[in-house]
Amino acid sequence: MSTSTTSQRPPDDTFTEPQRSRSLKERLLGKQPLGLVFSAPYVVFLAVVFAYPFGLAIWISFHDYIFTAPNVSVPHPFVGLQNYVTALTDPAVLRSFLNTLIFLVINVPITVVLSIVLAAALNTGIRWASAFRVAFYVPYVTASVSLIGVWLLLFSQGGLINSILGPLAPDPSWLINSKLAMPSIAIYVAWKQLGFYILLYLAALQAIPKELYEAASIDGSGTLGKFWNVTVPGVRSATVLVLILAIITGANLFTEPYLLTNGGGPDGASATPVLLIYQKALQQTNPDVASAIGVVLVIAVGILSALANRVGGGSDDE
Amino acid sequence: MNDRGRRVLLHVALAAAALVFIFPFYFMVIGAFQENPTNDPSSLFPIGGWTTRNFSDINSRVPLGTALLNSAIFTIGVLLGTLTFGLLAGYASARLRFRGRSVVFVAMLLVQMIPFQLLMVPLYVLLTRTYGLGDTHIGIILPFLVNTTAVFIFRQFFLGLPESIFESARLDGASELRTLWSIALPLVRPAFVTVILVTFIGPWNEFLWPFLITKDVTMQPLAVALANYITNVSQTASNPNGAILAGACVLAFPVVLLFCLFQRYFTSTDVGSGVKG
Repeated sequence: MSTSTTSQRPPDDTFTEPQRSRSLKERLLGKQPLGLVFSAPYVVFLAVVFAYPFGLAIWISFHDYIFTAPNVSVPHPFVGLQNYVTALTDPAVLRSFLNTLIFLVINVPITVVLSIVLAAALNTGIRWASAFRVAFYVPYVTASVSLIGVWLLLFSQGGLINSILGPLAPDPSWLINSKLAMPSIAIYVAWKQLGFYILLYLAALQAIPKELYEAASIDGSGTLGKFWNVTVPGVRSATVLVLILAIITGANLFTEPYLLTNGGGPDGASATPVLLIYQKALQQTNPDVASAIGVVLVIAVGILSALANRVGGGSDDE
Repeated sequence: MNDRGRRVLLHVALAAAALVFIFPFYFMVIGAFQENPTNDPSSLFPIGGWTTRNFSDINSRVPLGTALLNSAIFTIGVLLGTLTFGLLAGYASARLRFRGRSVVFVAMLLVQMIPFQLLMVPLYVLLTRTYGLGDTHIGIILPFLVNTTAVFIFRQFFLGLPESIFESARLDGASELRTLWSIALPLVRPAFVTVILVTFIGPWNEFLWPFLITKDVTMQPLAVALANYITNVSQTASNPNGAILAGACVLAFPVVLLFCLFQRYFTSTDVGSGVKG
């Protein structure tokens, strides 16, 4: 943008050499070319760690790829969609996508409803709001491995939760029950991430004009009416963001099934696509099929996110 | 009275919710110092049976010192990368007019859409097979070197400064580097606390990548070492539950402490703007 304005300089009669070289430099590189130098390390980082591996992932997924020792060159023949066929006809892979769907159906509604309600409650000017906020944020900032260690004990067969429930305790217990393993993970992740979504909603709530609440009061709306008619529509764009982030989180589960349900157990009932990517690529040395699962996963997340954006109608005010 | 009753109810409801969020931490800390962590609701407030043996137990299975050092190297490496390269990129994209500025910004947005999980196979292939960086600190740090959320936060803070101070600095003949160092940086000091908080929790808590790239126990950060203890070693320990909770405490403590000290910097506007761009 700035280059076009500088080139519209009036024709100058005192046209000296240094000036011309400066304007040429300016036209080519911009007004402050130092910006290129400042951005260069970050851009190189993005290219090396994101762009190139991204391309490589797609390339691997269309080729027959095996691991080799360093500097050993073996052919990687193009195999078309064969890796995708292998991946998508594997019952374990299909099961992992179904598990993700089960996760999303439980986790996303809990996440959206609880975070918006708790954020709205925190925003009413109550006492000790910052202490409550800290309580909600702490699981989000703490390492998943730590918290999973605690949940493992709490939800184990003879654990605290079951001894509180007494005769109501599920048998087999939560994490080793094929019907309850995935819902348990969904609830754990909702608990762990909720603070971050509350944070996003608190930011969105600041943007709702106070007059809207006053007008609703004059119209005779109660607390629930105001929440439903002012707060919920007012934070719509945040809801779209929360939906998309919750979908992305749900699609990328690894630590939880790996540790909490002992490798996606019982019998694959809580296996996730990323867990299978890890198993196929590193344990069974099939990085090509693993990459195909990754590409399918990214496309599925893209479609779900676009749907969430559509349903929330969020694109207009982003 | 009705209104007052409703406010009391709101406080009770929020307190109950907060309790659900805090309780596992209470359970973790109490259990870590118990000879036999309770599974019985009647003994949630133990009066005896205190011990520090759980910590020496886990230390004998997982070299805690080495693991903490590896976590610290990982985290400090990422912090250094983000506070130099991320700061420069954030400043450039907010304040400098140069060719390709919009390309950099679009790249930042795109990066946030590519899930790390898709990249993990090619990154693993590249770093371990091609560059031989498996079981090295550089290999662990590299994919996290610059935190893009932090770049967004820096950008947002620099955008918030008035243009006039930059104009007058340029009129006074200050170089761009000097403008950044002596004028812009002191004005965005709060950004550093936010960025350090947001950046710190990433590598300190990260499990998947260091888990993939380290086979050597002496190279593993604490999150990986503790996870290995949970999955493999704990079956043979005398009080595995207490040792797991002790390890969980050691891993959680630095972040929780840092967060509680600086939680007022962890505000919705800063972090939210970072995420939304």
